[in-house]
Amino acid sequence: MNIELLLALPVMLPLGGAAITLLMRHHARVQLGLSILTLVAILTVALVMGYHVTQEGVLVLQIGNWTPQLGIVLVADRLTALMLVVSSFVTLAVLVYSSAQEVNERAGRTPLAIYYPTYLALVAGVSMAFLAGDLFNLYVGFEVLLAASYVLLTLGGSASRIRAATTYVIVSLLSSIIFLAAIAAVYAATGTVNLAELAVRLDGLDSGTRMMLELMLLVAFAIKAAIFPLSAWLPDSYPTAPAPVTAVFAGLLTKVGIYAILRLETLLFPASQIQNLLLAAAALSLFIGILGAVAQTDLKRVLSFTLVSHMGYMLFGIGMSTQLGMGATIYYVAHHITVQSTLFLGAGLIETRGGTTNLIKLGGLAKLAPVIAVLFFIPAMNLAGIPPFSGFIGKVGLIEAGIEYDRASGWILIAISVITSLLTLYAIAKIWNRAFWQEPSEEIIRREVAMPRVMTGATAAMIAFSLLLTVLAGPIMTYANEAAASVLERTPYVSSVLGDDAADDLVYRIDPGGERLEDR
Amino acid sequence: MPVSLTLLLTAGVLIACGVYLVLERTLTRVVLGFVLVGNGVNLLFIVAAGPPGKPPFEGSGDPSEMTDPLPFAMVLTAIVISLGITAFGMALAYRAWQLFGHDEVPDDVEDRRVLRRRRRRTEDTEKLSWSQALSEESRRGALMHSQGFAPAEDDDQLGSDLTSAEDVPQDATEADEGQPARRPGLRRRERDHPAADAPGTGRGTEPDRDDTAGRGEP
Repeated sequence: MNIELLLALPVMLPLGGAAITLLMRHHARVQLGLSILTLVAILTVALVMGYHVTQEGVLVLQIGNWTPQLGIVLVADRLTALMLVVSSFVTLAVLVYSSAQEVNERAGRTPLAIYYPTYLALVAGVSMAFLAGDLFNLYVGFEVLLAASYVLLTLGGSASRIRAATTYVIVSLLSSIIFLAAIAAVYAATGTVNLAELAVRLDGLDSGTRMMLELMLLVAFAIKAAIFPLSAWLPDSYPTAPAPVTAVFAGLLTKVGIYAILRLETLLFPASQIQNLLLAAAALSLFIGILGAVAQTDLKRVLSFTLVSHMGYMLFGIGMSTQLGMGATIYYVAHHITVQSTLFLGAGLIETRGGTTNLIKLGGLAKLAPVIAVLFFIPAMNLAGIPPFSGFIGKVGLIEAGIEYDRASGWILIAISVITSLLTLYAIAKIWNRAFWQEPSEEIIRREVAMPRVMTGATAAMIAFSLLLTVLAGPIMTYANEAAASVLERTPYVSSVLGDDAADDLVYRIDPGGERLEDR
Repeated sequence: MPVSLTLLLTAGVLIACGVYLVLERTLTRVVLGFVLVGNGVNLLFIVAAGPPGKPPFEGSGDPSEMTDPLPFAMVLTAIVISLGITAFGMALAYRAWQLFGHDEVPDDVEDRRVLRRRRRRTEDTEKLSWSQALSEESRRGALMHSQGFAPAEDDDQLGSDLTSAEDVPQDATEADEGQPARRPGLRRRERDHPAADAPGTGRGTEPDRDDTAGRGEP
């Protein structure tokens, strides 16, 4: 058996699992068991893949043995493998968490039968987007995960969810249409959609066409990643979904967008002329997002706005496109997926205990529910970038890269990053003061809720994972830097898909200092 | 590469009409708009395929004279995807109509909150004129008329327009702390119909259930 066949599993397994769980719709326990089994299998596959990629280099699977220009290729390099490991762990933890949440909601109208199949379809879409070796497959991956997310967001079809989903569906449709039009334009300009082949052919186009194609794709991805001027939909739609669903959305869906932007700015359009645009968008996301977070009084909305804000950090690293910055970005993506999902799971715990996520009504949880307090405190401090945690390491990496970048735009962004970090701490402190230290209302004191062990356990597992990112920061940072180096060099990706001859045709590469170099 | 002007113009018209529809406030029209834009974009793929040639069958002729089959494969995939998503959009519109009696796309939560706070402040001295309110409100009135519904009794449309249960108390921010939470629509109703046992109070706690009973049921 070829090791390459592993690449198909993260997509095939959840799709198969979705089909079987749909057939098993009357047996919730079986559905749960199967889903967990599937996700554990994906996690294992991702770990094996990660090990193999570090040892042997990029893995490529040509589906049906078509030539890469015509057929579908799945590609895994270090970046993909890291994304898959983190995403499969997070989806697994959230699924376990939601299994207990649903016991609580069973009395409600939530149709349980479709939850697991849809969740697995979402996982398949995410894996497919990470593994896609061509632009059109990336589009299909996006559509799979979006279609699944529409269903998850409207679970139960209640008034608030329908309202939130309306905005979400329209905005997502718009980004999909722009993406599709961009693919048509790319195909018309180059005659291929394979990413490696595109890397070679786009280098030969004149700069005007390149810029138009790049901007079209960038807009499509930036809507999905919720980068500032295109982020207004996010805080309106995410908070209404059930807590575990919001956790997955916040952790993964925006990061899929960031992943696509990262590929776009390195493989397809290396260190392009719109770097300053990216940096400006990063600055605006950071600053305006966090101002929104400070103004909110609902826990989930505060977290949604910090999500918008922190997307700016990742865009900052991509915009600089130095090796240091890209490495820090890759580390930060892994950190942020984990910590943002954990925070939303924590918000779910608070909601279960306090009955609301409104910060004015909540109070006294530090005394009433110390376990929840600890489970919320650690990821919150992590998000704000308090030293021992991974958030601090990621931010230091980015700021260091900004200093080394040594341009006016870099220094401005460093200042904004630091201010944003402080304001994040302020927003978190506000949540803490109100939800945990404020004098509790009678209602909350009287409210007796047995906290399901599974929910706290899953949240604790997520925290353990995020602490692992801190403890193993050295090796992971090395890994991220290697991933960044290979992404910036471009040749490893292209040569493993198309062969060494094609890689020789590449015109540009990015040097570790973020400059675009002409090789030919 | 020569490009068919007819295809381009058709795509342009489809996309233009689609964009017009997408800018409407009714979800049904937005979905129709996306169908049109989607068709226009699919035509762009056919433009990208280049001039027509022989059918691309293995061994049927010189490959250089054949049509490029790849864009058509992509168009087929895109059509299937947009079919599914359109079905979902229609279902969403129908559910919205069941719940609210219309399928208008709601305003941004923050916009509504800002408007409500402003109303609350100005309410005692003067009533906001229609032009100062979001024009959507007057449009909604016209829409309700056109669909054969009586104009809503509740003149505080925003109260029923909130996105979530948590949304109601959100209105009270730190700036308002210390003051009792006031709901303008409620007070006005009490003033106008003092006898009526304000139905809006239940709405604050259970907005998900309200209006579910039948208003839009055929």
